[in-house]
Amino acid sequence: MQSLDTTDIVTPQRMRFDMPLRLKSGAVLEGYDLVYETYGKLNAARSNAVLVCHALSGSHHLSGRYADDPKSMGWWHNMIGPGKSIDTRRFFVVGVNNLGGCHGSTGPASINPATGRHYGQDFPVITVEDWVQAQARLADHLGIDQFAAIAGGSLGGMQALQWTLDFPDRVRHALVIAAAAKLTAQNIAFNDVARQAILTDPDFHNGDYYLHGVIPRRGLRLARMLGHITYLSDDAMATKFGRELRNGALAFGFGVEFEIESYLRYQGDKFSDQFDANTYLLMTKALDYFDPAYLHDGNLSAALRAARAKFLVLSFTTDWRFSPERSRAIVKALLDNKLDVSYAEITSSHGHDSFLMEDCHYHKLMRAYMGSIAL
Amino acid sequence: MPIDHKIDTMTSFARIRPDFAAIASWIRPGTKVLDLGCGDGSLLCFLRNMRQVHGYGVEIDDENILACFNNGVNVIQSDLEAGLQSFESDSFDYVVLSQTLQAVRHTKEIIREMLRVSREGIVSFPNFGYWKNRLQIMAGRMPVSEALPYQWYDTPNIHNCTLGDFEAFCGQHSARILERRVMSGERQVAFLPNLLGVLAVYRFERRR
Repeated sequence: MQSLDTTDIVTPQRMRFDMPLRLKSGAVLEGYDLVYETYGKLNAARSNAVLVCHALSGSHHLSGRYADDPKSMGWWHNMIGPGKSIDTRRFFVVGVNNLGGCHGSTGPASINPATGRHYGQDFPVITVEDWVQAQARLADHLGIDQFAAIAGGSLGGMQALQWTLDFPDRVRHALVIAAAAKLTAQNIAFNDVARQAILTDPDFHNGDYYLHGVIPRRGLRLARMLGHITYLSDDAMATKFGRELRNGALAFGFGVEFEIESYLRYQGDKFSDQFDANTYLLMTKALDYFDPAYLHDGNLSAALRAARAKFLVLSFTTDWRFSPERSRAIVKALLDNKLDVSYAEITSSHGHDSFLMEDCHYHKLMRAYMGSIAL
Repeated sequence: MPIDHKIDTMTSFARIRPDFAAIASWIRPGTKVLDLGCGDGSLLCFLRNMRQVHGYGVEIDDENILACFNNGVNVIQSDLEAGLQSFESDSFDYVVLSQTLQAVRHTKEIIREMLRVSREGIVSFPNFGYWKNRLQIMAGRMPVSEALPYQWYDTPNIHNCTLGDFEAFCGQHSARILERRVMSGERQVAFLPNLLGVLAVYRFERRR
């Protein structure tokens, strides 16, 4: 039966920015739109705002659902909402679709006012620093001088970390979850295989596939399948799928036989229907480029010297994409700077995806940490 | 492992853990303190309130980590037996090992690490030489008491020692004892401390 509860109905909003944004690459976006959602109420002191940054495939739709689609639950609905760990009765939570995204903010699929056509391959490469600048402008317009907290998992955690460096006075707490201060060669390698799958799809048309009325579905599907493997742990896959056969017997062919094949193809198909291939390319590049220590000869402690926030760093034991070791490196650099930091290494079997999962201990930790934030 | 207590007020802190008061009395206000095996963070809470310290705890147990979060205490989840690699040399004013010494496996290494990250260390431990413990051993049984509330088969306390043992250990491992406080409940024990003391608290430094 369809739920009659309407308290979790949320409506996305859009803000237009006509002030040019100079990007790290040197390119300039003359104007852009950001689509965002808010949950809860900004208090009179404007001290209860929380920014939640999304990862590769996320969006501004953090929680709740849309009035016209009861199944449209936000990607972090188990964490954010009234009475949840990030309690929207206490905090004013903001989700933004990042620049270059494909959920409404200006991105490669948007129309470039200069040409009247989709940006496509003309959309500039975007970095985590660029996103932070754009998010800060949105915060200005929402009347938020300082966030009580900025939180994110994976690529979202990188944004939370970058905020503390670029706007040290505008963030009191940073929650950096299942993240890393930079990608390893192996991480970049996975991203490049994903990009190659898209770039070599005959339907890619050098990024201008919109003009041809096609999408590089095969490439995007492969990219997502590969990504999905790296988000899960070996154990989780073994437990969930093992060597189960869909039809109980070997077919001696190349169709879908094992359950894991069926699952990955399903995930790939679903994703390629919803996500823009150019956005995928941009997101993986933003991941690859993120490296705040680069300008400090690789010294992360020196890179984090500007930070003033208090930190929560969380990792998950079976996350091999951004392993606990990567989080511990962040913790070490924060300790070197005498910053307040707490770190927990959460036992979980779900690999990198753990940060999205409902896990009792994880959610209790988040609730306790958020509860300790003074408003 | 530190014993888990629900604590309401500062006075009850000191009553439940008499070593807290001794530790606090030795710590200069506004200093930087690392508490190894910090449990639910109650010592760090106590020191924050009494001495305005900037503190961090190290703890391995999930429930204790959660308790530290609830107490608003900085805590790093890690196994102190594996060393303190996250902490730079001389980065703290004090490193505290409160009622944990007797439960650690790599005693020498941990004391060495304490004196690497800080000039001064503070430890507290139950005195195995306490007369009631001796009496129970004389009677042919392993001691079980308020300070050592475990049976031999389920005790986490694998490295029990007496005051004499610890002082000899310091002498052999480059640690110079600066101060000692021996307690029986909330009372200080000056007479025959190795016989009449239940709990020992030591402050020591790296020998130059």
